[in-house]
Amino acid sequence: MDASMRGYLLNRLADLMERDRTYLASLETLDNGKPYGISYTVDVPGSIKVLRYYAGWADKNHGKTIPIDGNYFAYTRHEPVGVCGQIIPWNFPLLMQSWKLGPALAAGNVVVMKPAEQTPLTALYVAQLIKEAGFPAGVVNIVPGFGAAGAAISEHMDVDKVAFTGSTEVGHRIQQAAGRSNLKRVTLELGGKSPCIVLKDSDIATAVDQAHFGLFFNHGQCCCAGSRTFVEEAIYDEFVERSAEKAKQKTLGNPFDLRTEQGPQIDEEQMARILSLIDSGKQEGATLLAGGGRHGDKGFFVQPTVFADVQDNMQIAREEIFGPVQQIIKFKDMDELIRRANNTIYGLASAIFTKDINKAMYLSQGIRAGTVWINCYNVLGAQTPFGGFKMSGIGRENGEYGLEAYTEVKTVIAAIPQKNS
Amino acid sequence: MASRNIPIKYTEIFINNKFVKSIDGKVFSVIDSANEQKICDVQEGDEADINLAVEAAKNAFRFGSPWRTMDASKRGSLMYKLVELASRDKDYLARLETLHNGKPLAESQADVEFSIGCLRHYAGWADKIHGSVIPSDGPHMTITRKEPVGVVGQIIPWNYPLLMTAWKWGPALATGCTIVMKPSVNTPLTTLHMAALSKEAGFPDGVINIVPGRGSTAGNALSKHMDVNKIAFTGSTAIGKKIMKVAAETNLKRVSLELGGKSPLIILPDADIDEAVSFSQDAIYVTMGQCCSAGSRTLVHESIYDEFVKKSVEAAKKRKIGDPFEKDVNHGPMVSEKQFKRVMSYIETGKKEGAKIETGGNRWGTKGYFIEPTIFTEVKDSMEIARDEIFGPVQLIFKFSSMEEAFERANRTYYGLAAGIVTKNIDSALMFAQKVQAGSVWVNCWNSQRPQTPFGGYKESGFGRDLGEEGLNNYLETKTITIRVPQKNS
Repeated sequence: MDASMRGYLLNRLADLMERDRTYLASLETLDNGKPYGISYTVDVPGSIKVLRYYAGWADKNHGKTIPIDGNYFAYTRHEPVGVCGQIIPWNFPLLMQSWKLGPALAAGNVVVMKPAEQTPLTALYVAQLIKEAGFPAGVVNIVPGFGAAGAAISEHMDVDKVAFTGSTEVGHRIQQAAGRSNLKRVTLELGGKSPCIVLKDSDIATAVDQAHFGLFFNHGQCCCAGSRTFVEEAIYDEFVERSAEKAKQKTLGNPFDLRTEQGPQIDEEQMARILSLIDSGKQEGATLLAGGGRHGDKGFFVQPTVFADVQDNMQIAREEIFGPVQQIIKFKDMDELIRRANNTIYGLASAIFTKDINKAMYLSQGIRAGTVWINCYNVLGAQTPFGGFKMSGIGRENGEYGLEAYTEVKTVIAAIPQKNS
Repeated sequence: MASRNIPIKYTEIFINNKFVKSIDGKVFSVIDSANEQKICDVQEGDEADINLAVEAAKNAFRFGSPWRTMDASKRGSLMYKLVELASRDKDYLARLETLHNGKPLAESQADVEFSIGCLRHYAGWADKIHGSVIPSDGPHMTITRKEPVGVVGQIIPWNYPLLMTAWKWGPALATGCTIVMKPSVNTPLTTLHMAALSKEAGFPDGVINIVPGRGSTAGNALSKHMDVNKIAFTGSTAIGKKIMKVAAETNLKRVSLELGGKSPLIILPDADIDEAVSFSQDAIYVTMGQCCSAGSRTLVHESIYDEFVKKSVEAAKKRKIGDPFEKDVNHGPMVSEKQFKRVMSYIETGKKEGAKIETGGNRWGTKGYFIEPTIFTEVKDSMEIARDEIFGPVQLIFKFSSMEEAFERANRTYYGLAAGIVTKNIDSALMFAQKVQAGSVWVNCWNSQRPQTPFGGYKESGFGRDLGEEGLNNYLETKTITIRVPQKNS
């Protein structure tokens, strides 16, 4: 098949998702619990954009011709890796499916995908659209299942590559399975405990808004959530007060009600875990300023929670909570800041709020994270690579970089009678 | 002759998403070269119209404009929309192309598909144009921004009107430039229809402007305009040189040129003769030889020469000449009376110089500018017909004895657009590909340009490349930005 035809099919799929966007957004909210307004304006369009972006790459994945020493004609072919196992999470089911299918299919691979057991429905509907778009049989296969299905993919001798988005804990297991079996290529997009840094010269209202958004978006169920908010001493008290106020004003409820800002957590297990971590915060002596418990008694709702006076060694400052719990931490000087921001096993994202260009440059160089946001948060695009330093993962998704994991490079060297430049 | 029931919708100058009349009221006629009848009149643009168009393009490009502040991906979306509309109208576009150009309908249909594929390819590039972040010495952060070069003048020829429109719009729109295009007075109609589609697709006012007109007036005005940042020209080498001179004399606007050719096709002794004959015929007779990349010099090894000539004559005689709208016709008229006369004159010259006509050489019929598929043999490299670009259905077959000799003769030309070789031998193919001074080298094929493959000339066939990622380079300007930082860390 012409590479450009692969692109054409991806654009067809995007067209069909566009056609069915109302249904897809409804199904996503039903399955996941995120507010319908968000499914409709963020998740579905975001998924479509990523597919269209990669549709454009399909016939642009260039190998090179290379001036090797000797009488040879040398070039590289960029080939598809082959059979790609893709294991995706429950927090952004549709979006994660597109992030995975886009580059894999653009580069000519075939896919076996395991959606999360909590949220298989939009992935399965898209499977039907894939058939309708005209992809040949067997190019995309979807197997809903639990961890065992994921393990089967990771251990399989005929799977050439596995891509996983989920917890760091499972990420370890997948990489080990790959090593034990056939050395399948591995990319991982895992957890985070991302620092959101607010300097005293920033616009406080914007910083409070963005830091809040950076933590509470998707009910805190974001790998890149800004879950350690470092605020400079001089503005600390005002920042804390405003943040607590903002958290208290949030509307929780039925995600299909357009007034709802925060829906339920994904399931009982996650809710219990979050509540347990909140308890640890209370016990370790952090100051609770908003929320602190379950909301209502039906549905897995957790109150938007704000902790101040959080110390670096508290559990809530070190472990990924994956819920609507904000930790606000005080700092005094810039040098300790980089050390403390980097003092984590994770390295997924970070943000810096400041007007000072020198401080922005300095911190953005020093922070060990795959994404640095300056005066904004959670800005993600199909065009920009995303992924983790350290134990937040391996490899990058989106952008041109996203093609690398799905490309295997073959070098071809042909002898010729005489080489000329 | 088949009925020409093709409604002509757009015959005016297109500026700021509006169709307008020419300022001094001039019009020119578009002729159906198959029956010498007038198709319609079109508004003729001159310097004053060009000035208005450039003004519109400059305004659309101003800092803060809708076009400049638009997401790159949205530029791509608009291009995909244009693709959708061109696909919707593809039958009409193909028929309109054959009407004003004269090429067989099947060729126009292929041109339409290629045009759509080209726009689609570039729609995908829009948000993938990357600058660099560079580890420069010193306490700096250094980045490059790839900016659109600005207002681009685009002068396109009459041989592939729609295709050239797509080849030029693709990279210009993907990179975010604004356009003033001058199509040929022979063939303005499909470009004007595309302009209407671009408005329907939603491109902001002034991003695309079309001024049909003559080279000496409108073309010249565009080439010398002080507010045009770049000019792209496809056409003859003679005019290309003029444009480059004018650009230098005025504001050093960036220039890219895609000019003529006298492209060699070499047939080695291990070639399959039937296949080679078929390639070489397509290479010279497509669009009746009115192709910059025509394979106008066929060099055949002496061991297969006689059989090759015999089979070529048979194949040329089998071409069906006639009304380009009729089924099975694969040879239409030349685009105009002027081109017809020019090619006939070269045929006369060839006869006078002593080359032998194996077939053809005459006008076909009495109405319409048809020339028979013609083959000359016993051509010496020094003859005018061997050196000049004829731009007509005239195949020249040469004999050679050694491969080295063939490669040398292939390069003995001021041109360097394309070259081909028919052989199964990998060493011969690779050595030829290295040695020949041509922008495109085709092995066991001809005219294999696709949306993804850069195309352009060595030497006097021009410079700059169209198509593929390379095609973007003509439309970009690199800005290096350096920010001092307190301390640089790797």
